[in-house]
Amino acid sequence: MRINLTSVSVDDQAKALRFYTETLGFRLKHNIPLGEYAWITVVSEESPEGTELLLEPAEHPAVRRYRTALVEDGIPLASFAVDDVEAEHERLVAEGVRFVQPPTDLGTVITAVFDDSCGNLIQITEEKGQP
Amino acid sequence: MDIYRAIADRTRRAILDELVDRSGQSLFELCGRLIMKHGISSSRQAISQHLDVLEAAGLIRTRREGRSKLHWFVGAPLKAIGERWPIATDEDTSNPTEEGIEE
Repeated sequence: MRINLTSVSVDDQAKALRFYTETLGFRLKHNIPLGEYAWITVVSEESPEGTELLLEPAEHPAVRRYRTALVEDGIPLASFAVDDVEAEHERLVAEGVRFVQPPTDLGTVITAVFDDSCGNLIQITEEKGQP
Repeated sequence: MDIYRAIADRTRRAILDELVDRSGQSLFELCGRLIMKHGISSSRQAISQHLDVLEAAGLIRTRREGRSKLHWFVGAPLKAIGERWPIATDEDTSNPTEEGIEE
């Protein structure tokens, strides 16, 4: 068994596709129209054959309540690995991304949390002390 | 809630330490700092209750930023301690210790 797909629920799929590709730098993998919505997945440029991230429409009322509660407490819906949290923070702030938690050294990891402008908080992490 | 009860708890003191380190933290960030820096692995609900106690004592304030609720340390109520037991100017204040105020 492998994890090939995970998802974030987004307010607006077109806006989310722009943010996740143009701002974050992921690559579009699938964009299949499915009536009102589309099956949109992105992958990391560093591992295009790796896990796909589905940009799923947040249409279910329970999804909205769930996301509202998470955002209120600052809890990220997804977490991405980066080589340098400080550098990504600087780059994304320059792109106009709003961080709710600046780079924070937690001992074994450095983390930061930003608003994806599509209704979610996203964490980026850098593991320290890797060879 | 009086400030003496509010600070008579190791976890609540650690929360204040972390909010002094950085103002405007979410519950998520605070919980991450408490577990990684202080080894305090209480549930989010438990930390949320500690925050309610600190807020009732006037030691923290909350504000919404975007759709997130963030927490700030407010030191003013602690002035009451120094006013009640003022430190004499000729007093030896070296070697301050936290011993003896554990709950």
